[in-house]
This record gives sequence, C-alpha cells and structure tokens, in this order.
Amino acid sequence: MIDSQDDFIQERETKIIKGNEAAAYAAKSARVQVISAYPITPQTTVVEKLSEFVDNGEMPGTEYIKVESEHSVMASIVGASTAGTRTFTATSGQGLFYMYEMVHWAAGARLPIVTTIASRGPAPPWNIWADFTDIISCRDTGWMISFAANHQEIYDDILMSYKICEDYDILLPKFVAYGGFTLSHTSKPVTIEDQEVVDNFLPPLPDEKGWPHIFLDPERPMMHGNLIMPSGFYNEFRLKIHHTMLMAKDKIKKVTKEFESTFGRHYGNGLIQEYRINDADVAIINYGELAMQMEQAVDDLREEGYKVGSVKLRYLRPFPVEDIINVARKVKILGVADRATAFGSPTGGPVSSEVKTALYNSSVSTQVLPIIMGLGGREVSLEQQKNQLKALIKLKETGELPRDMIDGTFWDGLLEVE
Amino acid sequence: MVSIKEALKDYQEEFFLAGNSTCAGCGLEIALRWAMKALGPNTSLVTPASCLNVVVGLWPKTASNFPFMNMAFAAGAAAATGVSAAFKAKAYRFPGKVWEKMTTLVFAGDGGTTDIGIQGLSGAAERNSNIIYCCYDNEAYMNTGIQRSSSTPHGAITTTTTLGKEQYKKNLPQIMAAHEIPYVATCSVSEPLDIFEKFKKAKSIEGCKYIHILASCPPGWGIASEDAVEIPRLAVKTGSWILYEIENGVITLSKKSKLLLDPSKRVPLIEYLSRQKRFSKISEKALIELQEQLDLQWIKIANEIKCQENLA
Repeated sequence: MIDSQDDFIQERETKIIKGNEAAAYAAKSARVQVISAYPITPQTTVVEKLSEFVDNGEMPGTEYIKVESEHSVMASIVGASTAGTRTFTATSGQGLFYMYEMVHWAAGARLPIVTTIASRGPAPPWNIWADFTDIISCRDTGWMISFAANHQEIYDDILMSYKICEDYDILLPKFVAYGGFTLSHTSKPVTIEDQEVVDNFLPPLPDEKGWPHIFLDPERPMMHGNLIMPSGFYNEFRLKIHHTMLMAKDKIKKVTKEFESTFGRHYGNGLIQEYRINDADVAIINYGELAMQMEQAVDDLREEGYKVGSVKLRYLRPFPVEDIINVARKVKILGVADRATAFGSPTGGPVSSEVKTALYNSSVSTQVLPIIMGLGGREVSLEQQKNQLKALIKLKETGELPRDMIDGTFWDGLLEVE
Repeated sequence: MVSIKEALKDYQEEFFLAGNSTCAGCGLEIALRWAMKALGPNTSLVTPASCLNVVVGLWPKTASNFPFMNMAFAAGAAAATGVSAAFKAKAYRFPGKVWEKMTTLVFAGDGGTTDIGIQGLSGAAERNSNIIYCCYDNEAYMNTGIQRSSSTPHGAITTTTTLGKEQYKKNLPQIMAAHEIPYVATCSVSEPLDIFEKFKKAKSIEGCKYIHILASCPPGWGIASEDAVEIPRLAVKTGSWILYEIENGVITLSKKSKLLLDPSKRVPLIEYLSRQKRFSKISEKALIELQEQLDLQWIKIANEIKCQENLA
C-alpha cells in the first residue's frame, strides 16, 4: 500500500470504462466506508477496481473486507451497516442466491445498503451471461430493485440509490442490476462527477450516532433482532416495510429530478422512462440494456412510418403501478419483454405478470403481450426487437398472434428443435 | 490469577443481567456473565442462532446491558468482522473516541460454530479479523431440542442419535489453532476465573481470538441443575476436557489441567459419564474407545509441550 491521500479526490472527467468500473467509481464517489466482497463472474472487475482504489490510497479510511463467500459478504455488510457506516458490495447470479438469507436480514433490519448485481443466468447448466432471473428472485425481500440500462446509468443510479436509501423516511436497502457482460464487460464513455458536487448531492456520511433506528453504541446499549412472539409487532414491522416501499416512489421521483438538475442527465420520472409513446399504437416495456436497443428499434420503425414506442422500466420494487397504467392507457397493445423466467407463473415472465396485475384493477383494457427472450445471454438483435414491434402492429391490425406463442407468451428467438 | 472475591469486588458491574430466561443451571449464562465482566462495557456482541437469541429476552425486553446484535446461524464471524471494520472506519472519522477501544465479540453455540458457522469462522480466522469468537459448547443443538452436532461426543444420546453418537467430537480449538491465529483458549464453566482471565487476555490482543468454553446444559445432558458446575468440573478432572491456551502457536496448559499430564492424577472417565443421562446407553466398547481417545489427546499435547521445550 502506498501513502494514502488525505481525502477522496475526483475531478469531473469522462472516461471510457466498463460497466463494472462505473459501479466501482460510483462507490468511490459515494465515499463508502466499508466494502465487503467475494469474486464472481461477471461482477469481478467491480471488486478488482475497488481493490485498486483502496490499495492506491485513493479511498482513505475505507475498510475493504475480502470475505470467503457471498453469505459472509452480506453478513459483514449487515454488521458494518448496523454499526453506522455507508456500505457497498456487488455480486451476481449464484452469489446472490448464496447470500439470499442475509438479503432478507438487511431489509428486515432496515439497513440502507447499496448492492450492484451484474445479472447472470442461474445454473444448471452453468451460465454466466445476462439474465435477470437472479435479481428478480429477490423481488419479495424488501429491497428496492432498479435496473441500469447503460454504463452511465450504472454510475448515476448508484449515487441516487444512496440518497434514496439513507433518507430517514425510507431506510431500506437497494439493488442496482445490469446485464452481465452486455454492460459489465463492455466499454462506453462514463462521466465521473466532481467529488465536491457529489458530496453536496448525497446526504452526509452517517455521524457518530449512526442510523436513527439501529446502532451499536456502548453509550446507548440496544438489542437488535431478538425473538418476537406472534402477538408482538412482527406483522406491523412487515407492513411498515411495504408502506415505505410505496412511499419510496415519490422519493425516487424527487431524487431523480434533483439528480437531473445537478448533473444534467435525465431518467424519465425515475420509475419509468418513456420513449416516443405519446402517439404510439403499440409499445414494448423492457428493462436493462435491451431497453436502450429498443429505442433504436423504435427510431428505425418510426422512419418506416410505424407508430411504435418503447418504455424503459427502471424499478421493479417499488413497482410503478400508476405509471404502467398511464402507459397502457396510451397504446392499443403493450408488449412486456422479460429477460428472465418465472416458471409456472401466469405468463412465464416475471415482469409481464407484474404488469398484468397492475392493469387488472384499472379501467384500462389494453392487451398485454408477454415476451420472453435472451435468456442466459442469448443475443437479442436490433432486427429481432424491430420484429417484436412489428408483431405487435400485426396483432393490432389483424388479431394474429406471433409464431412461437406458448400458453399466451411470445417466446422470441427459440432455436428450431425437432 | 485473582481470587473470585477480588474479581467480584473489582468487577461488580453486570452486563448479562438477571431476569434472563436461561434454564436453571445453564452453563451459557455463567460463560457470558464472566466473559462480559472481563471485557467491560465497550463491547459489542454478535450472536448467531442459538439458545442465547432466545434466553436474552423476547422483544422488546432484553437482559443485555451492552450492544447486542442477533444474527443468522452461519453468519456470526462474518457479521462481527463487518462490525469490527465499521468501528475501525468510525475510529478513522472520529479519532480519540470510544470507537477505537471497541471489542467485537461473537458468542455462538457449538452448532453455530463447529457445523454451520465453520466456513465464516475459518474465513475470519484466515483474515485475522479483529474479533473475539467464543463458542459455548454444550455439545448438541440444545435450542432446537437436543439434536447431535459435530461437537457431540462419542456415545452421547441426542434426539437424532437415539442409540448414542457413533462419531467423535470435532476438535475445533485445534482446527482454530491450525489457522495460526494469535490466541486460542479452552475454558470450562466450572472455572469462571479462568474464563475471566482468558477473556482479559484476548481483549488485549489484536486480531482473531478464539475461546472455546465447555458449557453444561442440564436438560440436554440429563443432569440436575445443581450439578451444572460439578459435571463440567469432572470433565476437566478426568482430562476429558483440557484447559489450555495457544498464544502465537505456543501451547500452555492451564492450572487445573497441567497436573493431569501425569495420567495417574486423572479421575477415571466413567465418573464423568455415569453422572449424565446422555451417556446412559454407552457400551463397554464405547467407553474404552473414549478413554483411548482421551489418552491419545493427552499424548499429543504432552508431545507438543516437549517439542516446544526442546525448541526453547
């Protein structure tokens, strides 16, 4: 280790970096105090970059624990956060599954932990490529879950996450997910913001007293997480998490606006980002990197005269029910493209089921077409996404469903099997 | 060593308070009470799933007069590593305050240590995390109803070894010593001052410290509550439970065990076993096997001490 700097130093600069490096830069910009990590493909370069920062003395005062498993990652992060520090970690697929017990723990303890997920397909068979089934398996843990669709958004969303999570009205943990390899290992220009500007945007690091509700302080001895009887407040604690999750929607919108006015980058209303849907006949909801490519598909088809649009879903939890209803109101047919599975669910795809549920209690009768594609990193080409939009147009005009409909869901891009 | 009178006079403050819901004669209570007397108020405890989660009090009550964090079963050592790292990070931001003086303690049962928690513990030991990890070993999963653990001794009846356990007790202190951490010690709840001294010493050492305490469990062992101190004392006297310290790789037998290097000073093992219902089905064969294992352990320790003396 070389001599440590006196303080975190970062001038505003745009660098061509990998998505994983953008995550590491964001953790540094947020001045995280405790990092704990265990390597897993395709997350590894996040923890490598952070090691570099810490070893080079660029993150003075930051403790970096290199643990022996993901279960211990989240256990140590829960410990560090309980003691009143800003924390960060990152993982992927199998690693997330292995830490699952502690994922619930972090939310139950209301700890504002931020964790990035370079999503990958669950084994077996072994798969290390983009597939959001890993993060979506955490849907009911009490963590907020967002998707970053490009390299800059990884950096930006991590910063916004700390501001949202550490708000005393929220105090919940949050995942930021992005596609393994598609974003984690590809390079794009990313603007790393000036340290002082970031400091002013983020809440200050927790003071000596730590978080308001949970602390390990000999001056104020307190017990955390002890056994509670069924007649105790267990139900009420759970309801509070649910309430907070719903309240967080406004907080997310507010922070996204503040982010835009500080840094000049726009992320829709925070929960969703619409693209050319106001006069569209059909639109498709995507999340993660394929939402970006879909915008290109929309542009291309618009040039051909098709009235199509795209919606980037930024948050799975809290789920933007009202915004989805508004989107559905604008179009005749709404596709929902899942790069993930929900075996045996009504649609087979997790987010399409969420969208259908959201619309069920509304007055909107827009037809929803669930799509599943690109599992385990299978290429989803621009052409393919254009064809998805065209299939929706055809459905609208002729009532004819796409080929490869399986029990009401369009499984796009399947191999021909005899 | 201080006398018990002196210790009680100088260390009157109690941290694990009366009114907790341990069974009468619980060894855990003795262990934690004396450990905390030695460590004092600037201590933060992590306790993974075990009796301690329950007996410390149902929410919102607690018998701990110090910061206490319940933890998932496998996660004691890792969570404590995180707490310890956070104290270090806080000491950096707020120098000269209590944070640099904090001790992070884990109190875990034998299941949470020798079985489900061993990976995290091994990780913490290899990293030399600045924690004291204490295993209070009552030799089975007592909290869930007396199921066998890898720390249950050969021949003991549990609800999952109804004929007596076939396998032998895992020797965790030696496994921890093999990690070459700065401090490993064994204790018995029959020797509270020994617990006191060893925790005092552990507190003064930087890095990963491991203390393994034999802790009686009247319902689990099938003993009377009033015998909860006498029985573990017999474990020491028979040489079945050996009290020692390993500091930077050098083993030292503690007072009560030192004289047992001479085999003739050891009380016959049967006197320890016959007082406990859990050994009621023990066969002649198992008894011989246990005695042989005990003798072998002593030979190993005697050899190690001889080696050390030769090197010195």
